Amino acid sequence: MAALLPELLSLASGTLRMATPLILCAMGGLFSERSGIVDIGLEGKMLAAAFAAAAAAAVTGSASAGLAAGCGAALLLALVHGFASITHGGNQVVSGVAVNMLASGLTITFGQAWFASGGATPALPASARFMTVVGGHNILVLAALASVPLTWWVIGRTRFGLRLRAVGESPRAVQAAGVSVAGLRYRAVLACGLLTGIAGTYLSLAQSAGFSREMTAGQGYIALAALIFGKWRALPAFGACLLFGFVDVLAIRLQGVAVAGVAVPVQLFQVLPYGLTVILLAGFVGRAVAPKAIGLPFVGGR
Amino acid sequence: MSPGQTAQAAIELRGVSKSFGPVKAVRDVSLAIPDGAVAGIVGENGAGKSTLMNLVYGLVSPDAGEMLVRGREAVLSGPGDAIRLGIGMVHQHFMLVDTFTVAENVALGAEGSALLRPSLAAARRALGRIADEHGLRVDPDAIVGDLPVGEQQRVEILKVLYRGARILILDEPTAVLTPGETDALFRVLRGLSAGGVTVVLVTHKLREIMAATDGVFVMRGGRLVASRPTRETSPGELATLMIGDHGRSVLLPDATSRRRPAVQPEGFPGDAGVHRPHAEAAAASGPRSTQHAVSLDLRAGEIVGVAGVAGNGQGELLEVLAGMRPLAGGRIGLGGREVTPAAPCDPAAMRALGVAHVPEHRHRHGIVEEFTAAETAILGYEADPGLGRRRLDGRAAERSCAGLMARFDVRPPDPRHLSGRFSGGNQQKLVIGREISARPRILLVGQPTRGVDIGAIAAIHREIRALRDEGCAILLVSAELDEIAALADRVLVMLRGRIAGEVPADADPETLGLLMSGAGRERDAA
Repeated sequence: MAALLPELLSLASGTLRMATPLILCAMGGLFSERSGIVDIGLEGKMLAAAFAAAAAAAVTGSASAGLAAGCGAALLLALVHGFASITHGGNQVVSGVAVNMLASGLTITFGQAWFASGGATPALPASARFMTVVGGHNILVLAALASVPLTWWVIGRTRFGLRLRAVGESPRAVQAAGVSVAGLRYRAVLACGLLTGIAGTYLSLAQSAGFSREMTAGQGYIALAALIFGKWRALPAFGACLLFGFVDVLAIRLQGVAVAGVAVPVQLFQVLPYGLTVILLAGFVGRAVAPKAIGLPFVGGR
Repeated sequence: MSPGQTAQAAIELRGVSKSFGPVKAVRDVSLAIPDGAVAGIVGENGAGKSTLMNLVYGLVSPDAGEMLVRGREAVLSGPGDAIRLGIGMVHQHFMLVDTFTVAENVALGAEGSALLRPSLAAARRALGRIADEHGLRVDPDAIVGDLPVGEQQRVEILKVLYRGARILILDEPTAVLTPGETDALFRVLRGLSAGGVTVVLVTHKLREIMAATDGVFVMRGGRLVASRPTRETSPGELATLMIGDHGRSVLLPDATSRRRPAVQPEGFPGDAGVHRPHAEAAAASGPRSTQHAVSLDLRAGEIVGVAGVAGNGQGELLEVLAGMRPLAGGRIGLGGREVTPAAPCDPAAMRALGVAHVPEHRHRHGIVEEFTAAETAILGYEADPGLGRRRLDGRAAERSCAGLMARFDVRPPDPRHLSGRFSGGNQQKLVIGREISARPRILLVGQPTRGVDIGAIAAIHREIRALRDEGCAILLVSAELDEIAALADRVLVMLRGRIAGEVPADADPETLGLLMSGAGRERDAA
């Protein structure tokens, strides 16, 4: 029994580490989606950020420069998504998918052009990464933890949050109240860009020591699933992220475990988080009530 | 000679025009609305009233002309500018966030600080103050989506007053209200006017103009065709100004337009069992069941009007009878056939039994906007052998559509014109023409003239009466009491999914209003 406590602590710690990018992405997606802009492009923004952060850190040797570059890349893609779906009223899912494909292609192309190692960036020294600060966790993990109450507070307790929720439910009401619908949605999309930028930076500068192609591996989609499972609310979405993080850790720990003398294929464990996503979204979401105006382009006037 | 040219005008327009593509919605309109007055703007659908008000509120910007607010020129780049100038708008479709509380809705866009708590506290205090001043009382913590329509409208007015509006524009405010709620609204508007607020009432209901305004502006085809002090005009004069002579009898139902059916049910030749369809205990199931045990009899050669405030189960009643919604209990007898929950009947089978349906929601259930007129005109009747036995004969469909268009005066009379491109009135004539051409024994009609201009209303009413005179049994659901009074032989009032009462067709509006609001029953109980 005495060995159980450290084991649990290590499990919790691992869960938090695996959940960090999910939490940041889900909180970012929450801003975007509560304002009525579907964001299927969390994955692409995170991937672009991971690459930009690793590339900048490799060149400058500074983790902060990496963070700035990562956030910059994600913000840029957020603006592309905003331009297509807010300014031009385009289909938000199509725009989001385009962001994902753009990020997937560009990171590899630029990676190959600049570093000539199959789309990956060079391995980074500790000085160019975010290393442990408190209790075995680095500052980006703490940022993810802080983003949850911050998101809850901004959405629920501030003027901006009230307007953001209103624009996701009834943009006409917001327009009639004399507030710019496009302005609010751009701010929401940019908030999303910033948070996914931090998430991507975490992947390449904290969780790993450099960028490798397609390193997000669907975590953006899983964050989106967590957001929907959490019914677009900060605390439940945070809980869902932890659940996914926990399953991730479990999948790693259980690798190589033999059941009844037969080695279970590694792939079976690796599929756990994705399988869980499908099961949760299909079976347990119940009647998730999305923001009423989500996905609908807003055309002003009459 | 606009009313009150001498006094300082709250709003003055000079030569304002606005086009949407080729459509000239507003043409060269000049008018002045005196400070503190209740001004009415009337005109039929598409006359440009709403566009004019959207211009005043900054929702659209004019192509030409200028606007003065209290004597000073104003160029609005959006509703924000209008609000700063003290102009507030209560829209026909409420601009409310259903999931928010009253206080949150009132504060939205006018929050005093970046933090919500003090803003909401200020909104609550202001709501209390306005409630004391104007008697507009609403629970600030109620969720707006849960409130009845009359109260939601009050929230809209409160929103506008909270922003310090001194000029209040109301766009068709009574469309969704009971007569009782309408009277309450007018009392509120009178009080606001007495307190110095200028009220602009946009409506097509002449009775309301006469009851509530000081002066009235009449629009037709985008132009301002007349302005009159209300006490110097009459509904007849206004109707003539709005549409010319042909629409008068529609707006002002008189005894001649409500003559008895040519065919009395008893005198109808044929088997009473066939021609005496009736529905008993129709009950709808569904996510938001609003229907409870409804019993009614519908006889051949009569129009039964169903009155009631929208959302009291009238729509569900039509859908149950048309087979679109399953029966939860009871039975519907249709001549020899019985429909029960155990033996349901789908819309096609209903149609085969001689039940035609002009659905309430034309765009959702009546037409397919992307279809040509000829395709829309055979919807539901596409299996007709006259249209080819295996392959659908497009030419036959177009020929029959052309015949329908000639008979029902659908314009443009082009069977290949896309259904969605017709005006509301012509779409409705297409749908009604389709259903009437099927020679039904029973016609279910929902909101036959919603969004239809006055010329078409007269034609649609004529067709419905003619069908009744041929011996068809007609169930008419309408939100327009005038329409029910003009067409129905007897009137059922629905309230909260039940028949609240039956009144003769010539019952006075107060009796109807009391039944519609439920006050009648409470009074009986007392």
